[in-house]
Amino acid sequence: MISPSSSWLIWPIIAPLMGAVLCFLSGKPPRRTGLFFAVLTSGASLVLGWQVLARGIESYAMGAWRPPLGISLRADGAAALMVTMTAVTGLAVSIYSGGYFQSRLTGDDRDRCRLAQEQSFWPLWLLLWGALNGLFLSGDVFNIYICLELVALSSVGLTALSGKPPSLVAAMRYLLVSLLGSLSFLLGVGFFYKTCGTLELAAIISALTPTPPVIMALALVSAGLLLKTALFPFHFWLPPAHANALSPVSAILSGLVIKGTWYLFYRFWQEEILLAAVGAVPAILGGGAIAWGAFQAFSQQRLKMLVAYSTVAQIGYLFVAFPLLADPAGMGGGAFFYFAISHSFAKGAMFLAAGTFLLQMGHDRIDDLAGVRQLMPVSSFAFALGGLSLMGLPPSGGFIAKYLYVTTAIGQGRWWLALIVVLGSGLTAAYVFRAVAAILSPRLLAERPQLMVAASMQWSALALALMAMLLGIIAPLPLALMGVK
Amino acid sequence: MTISPALIYGLTGLALFVIGLAGLLLCQQLLRKILAVNVMASGVFLFLVTIAHGSGALTDPVPQAMVLTGIVVSVSSTAAALALLCRIRESADHRDLSQKKGER
Repeated sequence: MISPSSSWLIWPIIAPLMGAVLCFLSGKPPRRTGLFFAVLTSGASLVLGWQVLARGIESYAMGAWRPPLGISLRADGAAALMVTMTAVTGLAVSIYSGGYFQSRLTGDDRDRCRLAQEQSFWPLWLLLWGALNGLFLSGDVFNIYICLELVALSSVGLTALSGKPPSLVAAMRYLLVSLLGSLSFLLGVGFFYKTCGTLELAAIISALTPTPPVIMALALVSAGLLLKTALFPFHFWLPPAHANALSPVSAILSGLVIKGTWYLFYRFWQEEILLAAVGAVPAILGGGAIAWGAFQAFSQQRLKMLVAYSTVAQIGYLFVAFPLLADPAGMGGGAFFYFAISHSFAKGAMFLAAGTFLLQMGHDRIDDLAGVRQLMPVSSFAFALGGLSLMGLPPSGGFIAKYLYVTTAIGQGRWWLALIVVLGSGLTAAYVFRAVAAILSPRLLAERPQLMVAASMQWSALALALMAMLLGIIAPLPLALMGVK
Repeated sequence: MTISPALIYGLTGLALFVIGLAGLLLCQQLLRKILAVNVMASGVFLFLVTIAHGSGALTDPVPQAMVLTGIVVSVSSTAAALALLCRIRESADHRDLSQKKGER
């Protein structure tokens, strides 16, 4: 059953789900089980990525029931790329979490609460991982709805994990927004089923015609997904939820969870007729997100809030290039996915690094961070590298993505779009420099406190930041995978 | 166009969706917001059941299966929301989503 030649399509979904159940049943904090299943899931995901690259589209009918009756799984290049991205970021976050929960134990009476947090963390995180992979690989819109709900419920649980009032309130807001988004999506699915008579995603997309029920369906589905992706002006729930969560959770939410709904939006919006008609709408909202997110990020006092608002701005980039897809001779989804992956790595690295500062210093006020460079050179370097990738300096993945954006936009005569991307990079530079200047400040600490942060935390943050940089060098590989259609 | 029962049910479902949406956006209290989401969910489910009935003499099982699964999802997410509400009320005197109290 498991051999290199058979399809590995189901394993990136099944492995984390099995892990989640085992971790949930475990009596003590299941760090080893969790890490074991994280390694297993990433391995299975990488094998799937390699299979799709080598053999083309993989598909699998669950329980041998063929569509339209059964639920089909399908991995084309885009899906395999997202699963691989999740594997890399997920593995780094898992290794970081092992060190994080160990480092937080101080031997006082609050350890019980911290152990309980770890005990809930691993099952929720593995469940979230499995649901995300399910979301990327599902070929059936109702199955996608279920995966959306699983992702939402496990992310809300993870957000609330820190137990502090701000994160509880943020989790509640996140839950209500997610439910609203899912219900809107489900109503849209109902309209699609009524008009197309099928729940298969590929069949629905190829049957998109500008009739009133289809427009209504697409509007409901898109609104639900935009709300869940937190595209400006629907971003209000994101910064408090991402910034107040535990640090590994922040990296998961910013690096992975928003990519899931964005990916679905991309799936529904790749038809040329649609893009030519209303492709400017996501682009305009994206432009607003870039400007507003960068402005807000620049005016934050806390490092994690800055990084969270930076996510709001970077989501803008994920939407701003939708009009570029309308041209069949254009870049396809390449630049898009490049941006999503490099943002996942860079933002994950930044949140992980910010988490080490928060744990060591007991706060994350940007103005009082001087001296962390001396204590934690590795994670300071990781934060700076992540920031450079966000700004789009060569040879980072962010640079390649922005280069593809700008050249395609100019090639199609859309100067305004190229201008937004370039101006946005300047804004990104402004807030990244503000944070990096504080972290790399030459001021030294008067006395050197004991280092509380485990080495694995700093190095996993750096590994993720280096991946973001490396993406610029191994550019042909993801683009080749993206080309599998 | 004659007014068929399917049309009445479908429009009622959509109306429930909109009423729930208004409640979610306008009510301040968290419990009311959670209930409003449930009203919205009922609207969607009614709409889906109508679709099942509307497509021919035989009832289509697919939307009905969707409604069944949807109800399970709705019950679980309501339970999660209520549990979260209890935690919020224990930790601070929050009954709405204002960030003032309890903010560091």
